[in-house]
Amino acid sequence: MDEIVLQANHISKSFHDPVTVPVLKDVNLAITKGEFVAITGKSGCGKSTLLYILSTMDTDYEGELMIGGEVMRGKSEKQLARVRNEKIGFVFQFHYLLNEFTVVENVMLPGLKLTAHTESEVKVHAMDRLKTLGIESLADKKANQLSGGEKQRVAIARALINNPSVILCDEPTGNLDKKNSLIVFDIFKKLAEENKQALLIVTHDQEFANNTHRIIEMEDGKIIKQ
Amino acid sequence: MNVLLIVKIAKALLLARWKQTLVAAVGVTFSITMFITLLSFMTGLNDLLDGLILNRTAHVRLYNDIKPSLHQPIDISTEFKQSHNFIRSIKSGSSRQEIYNSGAIIQALKKDSRVTGIAPKITAQVFFNDGSIDITGVINGIDAQAESNLFHFTDYVVEGNPLDLKNVSNSIILGKGLAAKLLVEIGDVVQVTTAKQQQFSLKVVGFFQSGLAELDKVQSYASIATTQKILGKPNDYITDIQLKVVDMLQAPAIGKEFAQLFQTDAEDIQTANSQFETGSFVRSLISYAVGVTLLVVAGFGIYNILNMMIYEKMDSIAILKATGFSGVDVNRIFLVIALSIGFFGGFVGLGFGFLLSFAIDQIPFNTASLPTVKTYPINYNPIFYVIGSTFSLITTYLAGWAPSRKASKIDPVIIIRGK
Repeated sequence: MDEIVLQANHISKSFHDPVTVPVLKDVNLAITKGEFVAITGKSGCGKSTLLYILSTMDTDYEGELMIGGEVMRGKSEKQLARVRNEKIGFVFQFHYLLNEFTVVENVMLPGLKLTAHTESEVKVHAMDRLKTLGIESLADKKANQLSGGEKQRVAIARALINNPSVILCDEPTGNLDKKNSLIVFDIFKKLAEENKQALLIVTHDQEFANNTHRIIEMEDGKIIKQ
Repeated sequence: MNVLLIVKIAKALLLARWKQTLVAAVGVTFSITMFITLLSFMTGLNDLLDGLILNRTAHVRLYNDIKPSLHQPIDISTEFKQSHNFIRSIKSGSSRQEIYNSGAIIQALKKDSRVTGIAPKITAQVFFNDGSIDITGVINGIDAQAESNLFHFTDYVVEGNPLDLKNVSNSIILGKGLAAKLLVEIGDVVQVTTAKQQQFSLKVVGFFQSGLAELDKVQSYASIATTQKILGKPNDYITDIQLKVVDMLQAPAIGKEFAQLFQTDAEDIQTANSQFETGSFVRSLISYAVGVTLLVVAGFGIYNILNMMIYEKMDSIAILKATGFSGVDVNRIFLVIALSIGFFGGFVGLGFGFLLSFAIDQIPFNTASLPTVKTYPINYNPIFYVIGSTFSLITTYLAGWAPSRKASKIDPVIIIRGK
C-alpha cells in the first residue's frame, strides 16, 4: 500500500453561533501519495469546512489530523504556518494573487518564505512550474494583467513551488469556462500521476469529479460514499 | 532572508498605495519639522533670556552683609544659658562692607580647582551732578579684563573700549540710559559726588547697554583703583568677590563652604535667580507638549491609513497566511510599513526642521535692549534631533501596533470562504 500523506480520524466540528449546529460528524479519511481525490456534495454539507480543517487553517475541531505522519493538534500557529508552507499547496476558487507583484514573484513568495533555497534557485523553480503550466511567457507581467484562466494557473504554480506532498483545492474550476477547466484538470491529473503528489479537490462539477481516481461524497457532515 | 522578504512585501504594499502613504509621511514630516523648529527657537529664546541675567551673575558671590550680629553678649553669659532671651531693638552693628584680608582670600581661591574664574568688585553709591540736578547712581569698580572673561562685559559695551577703564586714569563707562540723562558723549567729563560729599571728575570712555533698561539708568563702571580713590579707601578695599565655578549646580554647597572658611556672606546663583530656571523649564515643557501633540496627531493619521490598507489587503493577508506566513510575519509586515513611514517622514522632517530654524535664524531681530543680538536666536542642539527622530519612531510604532495586531489576527478561512 502506498504511503498515507493525509489522514483524518473521527473529525467533528460544530458552529456555535448563535446555536450549536454540527457541521461535521465523525469524518474519517486517508489519502495516499499520488492519489487524485474529489469531494462532492451539496452546498452546506460541510465539504469546504472539512477542507479547511485538513488545511490546518481551521483549528477548532475534534478528532485527529495527521499530515505526513505528524499529528497537527497541539502545534502553535507558527508551526502550522510552517506545515502549510512546506507540505500543503492551495488552489482556491478565487486566485488570490498579489497585484503588487509580478507573476513570477507571486509564485516565488511561498518559496522565499520556506528559505530552503536561495532567491535565484527559487526563481528557477518558479520558472519551471510556469513552464510546466505553459505560462512562462507571462512571468514578468503584473498579476492583474492576466485573464481568469491564466490567473488560476499562476495560483496552481504558486501552490506547487515548495513541492508539497498534498494539494488542496476548493472549487478550483468554479470561476473558469469549459476550456480552462479542462486545462486545469489535465494539470492536476499530471501532478498526481507523474509527480506523485496527492490532490484533494472540493468541487460541484460532477463531470470533473467523475474523472478523478476516487470520489468522496458527503451529506449533512458525513461521508456517505468513498 | 525572511527579514528581506518581509521588507519586500511591506515595500510593495506601501508603494501600491503611495499617495496615502505620502500623506501619512507628510503628517510625520510636518510634525517633526514643527517639533524641531519650536524647540530650537524656544530654547534659543530661553538661552537668550537666561543669558541676560545668568551670564552676568556670579555663581557664588562673597560679600559682607549689613546685618545684626548673630552672637549677642547675652549668649555668652553662663547665668542665662538655660533661658530664652528676648532682645528688642537690635541694630545692625558697625560691620564694614569691606571683605577682610581680600588679597589672601583671592590667592586661596585661585588655588581651588573648582573655581574657574575670580572677579573682585567694589560697589559705590554716588550722585552724578548735572548742573543743579543730582542723579543717583552706582559705580561698580571692576577689573575690566576679569569681568570680560567671566561676564562677557565686552559684549555689552556698545561704544568705546572697555580696556580704557584700565588704561585711562579716572575713567568711567556709563549705562546708556544714564548717559542719555546726563547728555554726555565719549570724551566728556562727568562730576560725581560720593555719599561722604567728596567730588570727583571722571572721563567718559564708553557706554554700555545691558538689555535691562532700568539697570542702564543707574549703573556705571570704573576700574577698581578709581573706585577706591572715589571712596577714599586703601587699595586692598574690596566689597565683593565674584566666582564662577566648574559645576553651577554645586554653587550652593561651595558658597556655604567659602562663607564658613572666609568668614563672609555668600550668595549662590540658584538662590539669587531661581525664577529664571523655572521660567525656562516651563517654556521647554510647553514646546515639548506641543511637539508631542503634533506627533500624536500624525500617529492617528498613520493608524487610519494602516487600518484602511488592512481592509483593502484582506485577501493578500489571507493568502499569505494560507501559504505559510505566520501571524508574526504579517504583524511584522505592517509594523515595517508603519515604521518606514515614521522613519522617512521623520528623517525629512529633521531636514526641514533644520532649514526652517535656519531660516528663522536669518530673520533680523534688533531690539534696543539686546545689543548683541541681530537675528532671532536659535539653539541648534543635536539632542532635539535625536529626541525628534526617536519620538517619530515611537509614535509610528504605537500607531502601527494595533492595526498590525489586527492584521495578524485575520482568520484566512473567513476571508477565503467569504468569496
